Amino acid sequence: MRVAILRFPGTNCEFDTQYSFEKLGHSVELIWHKEEPLPSDTDLVVVPGGFSYGDYLRSGSIARFSPVMKAVIAYAKQGGRVLGICNGFQILTEAGLLPGALKRNNNLHFISKIQHLKVVNSDNTFLNQCDDGEVLSIPIAHADGNYYIDDEKLSEMEENGQVLLRYSDVNGERVVVNGSVTSIAGVCNKQKNVFGLMPHPERALENILGSIDGIKMLKGFDS
Amino acid sequence: MKAVVNVYLKEGVLDPQGKAAHHALESMNFKGVQDVRIGKQIIIKLETNDRDEAESEVKEMCETLLANTVIEDYTIEIV
Repeated sequence: MRVAILRFPGTNCEFDTQYSFEKLGHSVELIWHKEEPLPSDTDLVVVPGGFSYGDYLRSGSIARFSPVMKAVIAYAKQGGRVLGICNGFQILTEAGLLPGALKRNNNLHFISKIQHLKVVNSDNTFLNQCDDGEVLSIPIAHADGNYYIDDEKLSEMEENGQVLLRYSDVNGERVVVNGSVTSIAGVCNKQKNVFGLMPHPERALENILGSIDGIKMLKGFDS
Repeated sequence: MKAVVNVYLKEGVLDPQGKAAHHALESMNFKGVQDVRIGKQIIIKLETNDRDEAESEVKEMCETLLANTVIEDYTIEIV
């Protein structure tokens, strides 16, 4: 599989993300934000974490207008697979590729810790290696991860199986981490080809670093 | 001309910064504060002297970049 990982000024998770996909046996190309089009044989675009454009105005709001994002929007509209992690999730919501928006955490803190997550829906490319209800352990590190969506759209998303992950305790019971609506940590679009999550699966590949659950998530794209 | 844009979280969307400031004011014994909302003000200098043109241009700026209308409302004042 060929993975295109985007880089904006202020991106800082691109090398961890590159390491992850290379470890899983894929070839990776880092794409500077001024480049377009995407390599023609791209199988997956990853928008990695960081602080694109210093999070000025709103997280992800400026990166969303980069030249490469035009190519990514066109790629996604044609059914191409896109994954946004942390700041990448924020960029994809700002770009309108994913529903909802990410606000400042309700306690106003930058939260950095290993967090349990419950898999809500595994019937998609991203989480097909996981089971519904399974509890994973993945690091989070963000200040603006407070997911907002109005009630009407939330029920549509639930009906379509677009709510993928929720913050939970070790038993899978919902916990409030950052104030997200119904503790949402990850979602996808209606067509199920664009995925976004605040937690960092690329930081959970080695037992010595606390968890290898990230492998399960990133492996989903193999198939 | 100048446009003064105020962007703030929609009514009904919890404003964590406003809430923190509200609690701080209460703890300083300021009585009777019902609610605090924190937004941002963006001041834009424009070439045009046509008020209508300025307003429609700034509205487009708000819709595309300056506000995220999923969670935010905005007001425009041309001065």
